[in-house]
Amino acid sequence: MQNTIKSLANGLKNKEFSSVELTTDYLNFINKSDLNAFITITDELAISQAKAADQNIANNSFNILTGMPYAHKDIFCTKGVKTSAGSKMLDNFISPYNATVSDKLDNSGAVMLGKTNLDEFAMGSSNENSYYGAVKNPWNLNKTPGGSSGGSAAAVAGELSVFATGTDTGGSIRQPSSLCGITGIKPTYGLVSRYGMIAYASSFDQAGVMTKTAEDSAILLNLIAGFDEKDSTSVNRNNEDYLKTINDSIQGLTIGLPKEFFSDGLDDKVANKIMLAVKEFESMGLKVKDISLPHSNYAIPSYYIIASCECSSNLLRLDGVRYGHRCQDPKDLQDLYLRSRSEGFGDEVKRRIMVGTYALSAGYYDAYYLKAQKARRLISDDFQKAFQSVDVIMGPVSPTTAFDLASIHDSASMYLSDIYTLSVNLAGLPAMSVPAGFSQNLPVGLQLIGNHWSEAKLLNIAHKFQEQTNFHNQTPAKI
Amino acid sequence: MSLNKDKVSEIASLAMLSLTDEQLKSNTKELNKIFDLFTELSQLNVDDVSPMTHPININQRLLEDKVVDKDKSKEFQAIAPKTKDRYYLVPKVIE
Amino acid sequence: MKWETIIGLEIHAQLNTKAKIFSSAATKFGEKPNSQACEVDIGFPGVLPVLNKQAVIKALKFGLAIEAKINKFNIFDRKNYFYPDLPKGYQISQLNFPIVSAGKIKIKVDDTTKIIGITRAHLEEDAGKLVHDMFNDYTAVDLNRAGTPLLEIVSEPDIRNAKEAVEYAKKIHSLVQYINICDGNMAEGSFRCDANVSIRIKGTNKFGTRTEIKNINSFKFLEKAIDFEVERQKCILEDGKKVVQETRLYDQVKNQTNSMRLKEEANDYRYFPDPDLLPVEISDSLLEQAKADLPELPEQKKIRFIKEIGLSEYDAEILTSQKSLADYFEALITNHKENPKLCVNWIIGELLYYLNKEQIEINQSPISAQDLSILIARIVDQTISGKIAKDVFKEMWLNKGSADEIIAIKGLKQITNENEINNIVDEIIANNPSQFDQLKSGNEKIIGFFVGQVMKATKGKANPKKVNQILREKLDLSKQ
Repeated sequence: MQNTIKSLANGLKNKEFSSVELTTDYLNFINKSDLNAFITITDELAISQAKAADQNIANNSFNILTGMPYAHKDIFCTKGVKTSAGSKMLDNFISPYNATVSDKLDNSGAVMLGKTNLDEFAMGSSNENSYYGAVKNPWNLNKTPGGSSGGSAAAVAGELSVFATGTDTGGSIRQPSSLCGITGIKPTYGLVSRYGMIAYASSFDQAGVMTKTAEDSAILLNLIAGFDEKDSTSVNRNNEDYLKTINDSIQGLTIGLPKEFFSDGLDDKVANKIMLAVKEFESMGLKVKDISLPHSNYAIPSYYIIASCECSSNLLRLDGVRYGHRCQDPKDLQDLYLRSRSEGFGDEVKRRIMVGTYALSAGYYDAYYLKAQKARRLISDDFQKAFQSVDVIMGPVSPTTAFDLASIHDSASMYLSDIYTLSVNLAGLPAMSVPAGFSQNLPVGLQLIGNHWSEAKLLNIAHKFQEQTNFHNQTPAKI
Repeated sequence: MSLNKDKVSEIASLAMLSLTDEQLKSNTKELNKIFDLFTELSQLNVDDVSPMTHPININQRLLEDKVVDKDKSKEFQAIAPKTKDRYYLVPKVIE
Repeated sequence: MKWETIIGLEIHAQLNTKAKIFSSAATKFGEKPNSQACEVDIGFPGVLPVLNKQAVIKALKFGLAIEAKINKFNIFDRKNYFYPDLPKGYQISQLNFPIVSAGKIKIKVDDTTKIIGITRAHLEEDAGKLVHDMFNDYTAVDLNRAGTPLLEIVSEPDIRNAKEAVEYAKKIHSLVQYINICDGNMAEGSFRCDANVSIRIKGTNKFGTRTEIKNINSFKFLEKAIDFEVERQKCILEDGKKVVQETRLYDQVKNQTNSMRLKEEANDYRYFPDPDLLPVEISDSLLEQAKADLPELPEQKKIRFIKEIGLSEYDAEILTSQKSLADYFEALITNHKENPKLCVNWIIGELLYYLNKEQIEINQSPISAQDLSILIARIVDQTISGKIAKDVFKEMWLNKGSADEIIAIKGLKQITNENEINNIVDEIIANNPSQFDQLKSGNEKIIGFFVGQVMKATKGKANPKKVNQILREKLDLSKQ
């Protein structure tokens, strides 16, 4: 049986073990692990949080997350704790403030084991773009765990934490979840506060969670979702309880299968697993319909243009003046900027900054940025049209299972692996990756995409699937 | 779309990035490959489509004009690269 | 060759909100360095902007006051460039969809009235401040000012000479204070003018190449800077050369403009809509709020002063030039509705003179409208004469007390008691028999001598009317 939030919470409640014991165990696993899933291990902090949790449990004032050990993606600002975004630029950055999501986790009584490794500034699909080295996939140490939330995925799949936080800008929660055989959810844009989440592409970024089960995801979404007045893009709507409807019957729902998601690039064996999963749903009483998202092939250019433009501007503040890396003995202002930034940023980040800088520059705005925004509208409209006749869209997350470390050598080729996840961020929709099988001992994830604000339904569908299947219960041998 | 080394060098300068000769060469290659991915977009007819900046359809919320008075300069400057007498320092700027 | 000058002014008015435009830090001037820069203002990774409602309302008030088009939806854009006073590496501003579009304002130069068009006014955030001379090898950065709301007001190129430019700038300066959106303090940098200047041959249509002049911090220097620049451009063009489009800094010591190092010229700002901010919708209720917050505008007030109170155009113009002055006047005449001219004279004649002498504003006046109201009441009820009142005013200015207190202490009460005056007149007549004989024999002018003597004897306190009356009675009596 899995160590899920639900099962461990029961254990803590029934005093089968303490949070300090649980936390100590996880810290030991982390110390022995060579997955390189963590950048910072906050052991002292974790123990003190665990002690406080045990006190609260003893005093009978606790909730389901009290004392629960988790891993926090190192893109969330954590006050007093190093927040690096996987970059040399912020290697010395001890955040002076807490992200809203960090606050919520602190207040819940959960225990932070450490900050997880990621592609630098959340830019990447393999966690090979980190200043702190690549992360290994717990299922096969020669493979990548995916990215950018590779460290978080490896931590959960490798049993180094009970759950982890992640962020998804173009697939960065879903893809590593798929490649590591865990459950990941990217909420609707605007559901979770972005305050304190280091920005990559502001109109795509969204915080989410990575867990073993849909139920655990629902518990966590209840915690982190909700209006934040510090974030202008945070939507003020009535709070939902994502656990309330998780056991509802899903019979009669219609699944849409976009033909564009079953294109040439998709590995046969992965396609096979996806179709088997869909068959499973049919046996549960759901209907299947073929649909089309005709502008899907514009997702890559639209996403990469807009994301690069936004990130090229978001990263201008990293200039060596007020925090972060500063070069030694700058001789003048220009030297300060040029050297601090060139020393601080890795290659992929520099590349995307240049793409964005060029696309926004005089004379090119209309051809790239403006056009990409219009394509975004068309892609978004495709989904709206589809949801008029289906309840949920399904398909693969990644065209392949986990690929070898150091096997994809250029950016453009890496971008192609995001083909099934990008359009979701363009449209701001919620989506999940759910374990759906194995191909050559490597996990395959099934993508569920819902219309805006349909997280409860997605979690419900995922949970029902997990009641019928056992893929999410598999673990790689303990490393 | 063909970006030459000079253009890439120009872009890098605009973004305050300095590239070694090696990096300039490799990035010119890579950037061209990336922009090749974008060429498909040029064929799309979007004349009467309105651009989408945000994926959600809401308007800007307005905050009340209230001061939250907390001088945190000490904390903030504790992590700054170079400060003196409450100021951040940069190399002398000539205006 | 007849040259025509084309001038457009760009004014940056700091809005007097309590908090910054995109954060909740304070906007006070002159505080300790970096004490008013919160995490959003410092631009730490992960921080986000939220829009201050009052900044929007103040911008709307301006739009309404200049009869401008208010844009129902306006967008914030990022203007990207590197400079140490710009913490995020971009300034949040408005490019294609500003909050206020085409408006206009009337100015008066000598006796001619002219309408100057205002192209647009948009919201943006101010940058921090750089201090270059504090440390030897470094420039110091203070981010207190970063994030203060600015309203950038751009005029149409309708201005044709330096004098018009100054009048326009002064009108805007007065207006923004009038409607309480900016304190207009040029010394503190809350009101900054840049001038765009070009010249062309009179009668031609095409605009000449323009230069932008910055670093002008007074109306006097605005006029000088423009005059210098126009001459400079004339010389260049008459030499057959071309004017370079550039930004120039005004040097007030040498009275010249100098080419600025091309810091901004080289920049491609790569404007794009800020993804962290959503479109700002100006709802009807928000516009109503702005309208309700607007005071009576100077033009309307002036007309009301002329029509309803009966002031002259000249007096009304002066009194409505400053809202605080108009308010003072209206407080003053509350109890003196029948004597508006008296009130006007006391403000324009006495009060303004004293204020100017000491270079202070009316709201710093030691004599409040209530204080002055009482003094005027004492003139109206004949307790003192107008002449004595001026002495009382002088004492009140030096904080020696209220009108009544000073009149009592100095015994300045006008003598109206007939018996008292009678006795004094008798005494004067008795001491000056030859003059009285002259008066008796018909020398009317000698009356002045006797009135003067009585006033001297009473230290000016005798009621001159009464003195005259009693003297005449005594004269008539003596003739019998």
